[in-house]
Amino acid sequence: MSLTTAHSVVAPSSNAKRISGALVVAYALISIVPLLWIFATSFKTPPDSIAYPPKVVFQPSVEGYCNLFTTRTRQTPEYINSLGPATGLCDETVRKRNMVIAGPSNFLPRFVNSLIIAFGSTFCAVFLGTLSAYGFSRFKVPLADDLLFFILSTRFMPPIAVAIPIYLMYREIGLSDTALGMILLYTAVNVSLAVWLLKGFIDEIPREYEEAAMIDGYTRLQAFWRTVLPQATTGIAATAIFCLIFAWNEYAFAALLTSGTAQTAPPFIPTIIGEGGQDWPAVAAGTTIFLVPILVFTILLRKQLLRGITFGAVRK
Amino acid sequence: MTEAGLTMLNRTADSVARSTPEPLARKVRGISDKGLAWLFISPTILLLLAINIFPLFWAIYLSFTNYRANRPGEVVKNLGLANYRRILGDQDIWIAMQTTAHFVFWTILLQTVIGFTLAWLIDRKFRGHAFWTTIILVPMMLSPAVVGNFWRFLYEPQIGLFAYVVSFFTGIAPTNVQMLSNVELAPWAIVIVDTWMWTPYVMLICLAGLRSIPEYIYEAAEVDRASNWRQFWSITLPMALPFIMLAVLFRGIENFKMFDMVNLLTGGGPGSTTEVASITLKRQAFESWRTGYSSAFAIILFVAVFGLANIYVKALNKVKQR
Repeated sequence: MSLTTAHSVVAPSSNAKRISGALVVAYALISIVPLLWIFATSFKTPPDSIAYPPKVVFQPSVEGYCNLFTTRTRQTPEYINSLGPATGLCDETVRKRNMVIAGPSNFLPRFVNSLIIAFGSTFCAVFLGTLSAYGFSRFKVPLADDLLFFILSTRFMPPIAVAIPIYLMYREIGLSDTALGMILLYTAVNVSLAVWLLKGFIDEIPREYEEAAMIDGYTRLQAFWRTVLPQATTGIAATAIFCLIFAWNEYAFAALLTSGTAQTAPPFIPTIIGEGGQDWPAVAAGTTIFLVPILVFTILLRKQLLRGITFGAVRK
Repeated sequence: MTEAGLTMLNRTADSVARSTPEPLARKVRGISDKGLAWLFISPTILLLLAINIFPLFWAIYLSFTNYRANRPGEVVKNLGLANYRRILGDQDIWIAMQTTAHFVFWTILLQTVIGFTLAWLIDRKFRGHAFWTTIILVPMMLSPAVVGNFWRFLYEPQIGLFAYVVSFFTGIAPTNVQMLSNVELAPWAIVIVDTWMWTPYVMLICLAGLRSIPEYIYEAAEVDRASNWRQFWSITLPMALPFIMLAVLFRGIENFKMFDMVNLLTGGGPGSTTEVASITLKRQAFESWRTGYSSAFAIILFVAVFGLANIYVKALNKVKQR
């Protein structure tokens, strides 16, 4: 085809391609180093983690993960010797530092809070968002543009600014430091993204499907349920993952509005303290565990990424 | 099917839809379309009214008072505009605003230049570009707080990786690479992490911009024997500009609100060299408990973001229309 020939004139030479490739790979490698370092640190012992020069080759250890999930008390060697044999890998590791495991740490409950709040708010945001997006897409809503802009503008406020009145409101109605309060808050923050994204997806589904279904005798609701929803599944899934990532990563609201039972992992991880300062292998272990779900989602999502981060303002 | 065929089909479907007696479709289950529209939209609007608008009005009310959230029993006095006047005359607040402006300026400049360059390089579709693009995207998907906290470790002089790498290449003693406690370096420490984290975001939007430029424009330029340099300045950059501006808008709003990373890396210190507006707000609201005063500051910030974003969107639309 003639077009292909014309294209090949314009296409960069293979040398230019090779140079661009090398530059991009160099950037990618440099930018991934901090993450690899977190991962490596999670398998170091505390002394190895603060060695200078930084250790690239080291004896891997599970101490970081043990310290993350447990609380420990210091004991005399005599006392430790008087105990029976170690009950597991962690017990054994900890005993080497003259300590015994006293109980579980707060990491697991905080991680579970993150799961409950992130998934709960995502479900609510996507549910409300799908309904609204369908409403805006298919019906003549008075002042639709103004309403849509209003929905978007709720994201302009700095979280700290919103946190002051929310804090007071939650204190009045007893929602402070509860999972329900955080779910409602994150739903409100995420619903703007959900409406904008999903409206874009639903706009692209031809109205004719529903019209055909309604001719067949379905009501609006049935037509929505049977024709639009199945068509919008990809869009709904992508939207859900974006909401999930936001709620999972959120820190400002979580740090100010939760302190105890409803605290999520992002404000908790920085507070992990070992003996004499931050226990970096434990922090790294917590960080690693916390990052894994998001890494998986990023890889699954890479094709939808653009729409999500631009509120669908850029179509691709 | 051919395109003409598709259009025909659409048209037929259209006319079938139009000829359907509407009332029939509407009345089957008793809810009119209008009622259904409100049924679908109102839950979202109600939630936003409860969680965003009601608190906003509460904050506006508080901004005129001397209310302190840690003393709920105290009598609340109406101060009129006194809080606003004090904020606009407060030296510290202006310094915080300047610090914020510096951050926004440098992070956006670096992210746009690096992000656009990367997008431009990736757009040449070298072998394995999809894989490396995914790798580059990873930092922006992470929690700024969790990652920011870990960067404190990387920045640690004496034991941190960053200090080691810097001293390896420059010969400066690692104990002198005090990224977070040196007054001069601390702001840059935050700029570096923010750039590391968010350059992929700008890159992604720029990439969409570059991909949207139709190939035939380059072909025409090639026929006219325009040099590569000329093609870049007269085609690539202007056509990608609306996308670049969109990226700047989103990053600008986000970085104006920046809190998590700064709070964990420096907490606003050393001194107040990295105290951005959000940190000041947090200190006033949740440490000094000057709720009324900080509400007034929050309102001012909101109006500032809203106003700047509006002006900017107008400029963006002008560029788009060109």
